Amino acid sequence: MAHAPGTPTASSAARTASTDMVVMTDVQKHFGEHHVLKDVSLSIAPQEVVVVVGPSGSGKSTLCRCINRLETITSGDIRIDGVTLPQEGKALAQLRADVGMVFQSFNLFAHRTILENVTLAPIKVRGEKKKDAEKHGLELLDRVGIADKADSFPAQLSGGQQQRAAIARALAMRPKVMLFDEPTSALDPEMVTEVLDVMVSLAKEGMTMVVVTHEMGFARRAADRVVFMDDGRIVEQNTPAEFFDHPESERARAFLSKILTH
Amino acid sequence: MDIFVDSAGPLLAALGTTVVMAVVAGIGSLIVGTLIAAARISPIPVLRGAAFAYVQFFVNVPLLVLLILAVFALPDAGILMPLAPTTVVVLTLYEAAYVAEAIRSGVNTVGNGQIEASRALGFTLGQTLSLVVLPQSLRAAVQPIGNVMIALTMNTALAAAVGVVELTSAANKLNLVEAQPILIFTAAGLVYMLLALIIGLSAGRIERKVAIVR
Repeated sequence: MAHAPGTPTASSAARTASTDMVVMTDVQKHFGEHHVLKDVSLSIAPQEVVVVVGPSGSGKSTLCRCINRLETITSGDIRIDGVTLPQEGKALAQLRADVGMVFQSFNLFAHRTILENVTLAPIKVRGEKKKDAEKHGLELLDRVGIADKADSFPAQLSGGQQQRAAIARALAMRPKVMLFDEPTSALDPEMVTEVLDVMVSLAKEGMTMVVVTHEMGFARRAADRVVFMDDGRIVEQNTPAEFFDHPESERARAFLSKILTH
Repeated sequence: MDIFVDSAGPLLAALGTTVVMAVVAGIGSLIVGTLIAAARISPIPVLRGAAFAYVQFFVNVPLLVLLILAVFALPDAGILMPLAPTTVVVLTLYEAAYVAEAIRSGVNTVGNGQIEASRALGFTLGQTLSLVVLPQSLRAAVQPIGNVMIALTMNTALAAAVGVVELTSAANKLNLVEAQPILIFTAAGLVYMLLALIIGLSAGRIERKVAIVR
């Protein structure tokens, strides 16, 4: 890590003049012998929607999980809104509170109702009053179309409903940036659209988003930029129109021909 | 049957001692066991090691040995406590090891994904444990914990060996006078069975009540 250990104010001292929301610089990540992220540098501007695509095993999920330090990196630097990610502890928890994350497998809290899932973090992490958190939570559930499920438990919802609840849970923290790690990969095909629709509307409202997905339709519709990864590297990045219609690299052409021909 | 009626007073008092010891040690072992379980699954190596050593110690030393040690060694160390409280403390510490293991088995029912989700939301480690992991682990561990509580109640009988007048001890005393061991100890056994039945049925009720909708 770039910041000196033992300096609690390191995060504020590390604040840079950069206006980008997420800045990854020369990030390397190893899983044992396996080199999963190689020289990854990526900057994401506020309100930008970046869709990360690539073959499985290309490191795109790992990249996403490194941004809120669910995975630690071997070397390099990652900043959120100008602040270098601190070591595990209170400061990191505070920073994570500003970064919403949506997982492939929803990961709702099984012992809490949908509304409690949405309000738990605002109450416990942000110190919001229960009444305020519930009001905001119900608005969010309404917004993702499952207000009628507020008092249900996660297991009583369909996959698509659970994922929309998970999006509402992340939004309840009023995050600066949202990370989506293959949010539709575990869903039955007929439920993919309802989740993507919520994500498109978020993108339109100006949420800063990093989306790892196989949904090329979503990338075309909502992305400002498509980042193509292969074998741990960012191979190319471009606007969706340019990337899908005129991919520059051989590897991107091979990838696109495989997924678009059926 | 007359022998029970004639000694009803002392027998009931002894049953009371058994129940009070079981209840107090039961509550105590739940609290201590939860803390041990939390330490056991924490990412801090020293805490994990200490909790592991605790569990190994109490699981691998017979309760009777611990009781005799406490009754004779503690006064030597300058700690003077009446026999019944000493027994309750030993029972609490001993059963806490089993409660911790029961809870730890429940922890494995909580998916890693939920732990990641709570970290991603900004929960500290303590909040992740107390808000997400332990509530679900405890629910999954209700039935195993019920079994630990039944064992604890049976284990209160060992207190007789160190001079506490509880149910077994009172039955023994009665037998010394009446010399009817089969009748007296069968009756005592039935009372223990009744206590176990009550605990088992309660655990079942609690389990149905707190069950997570899956």
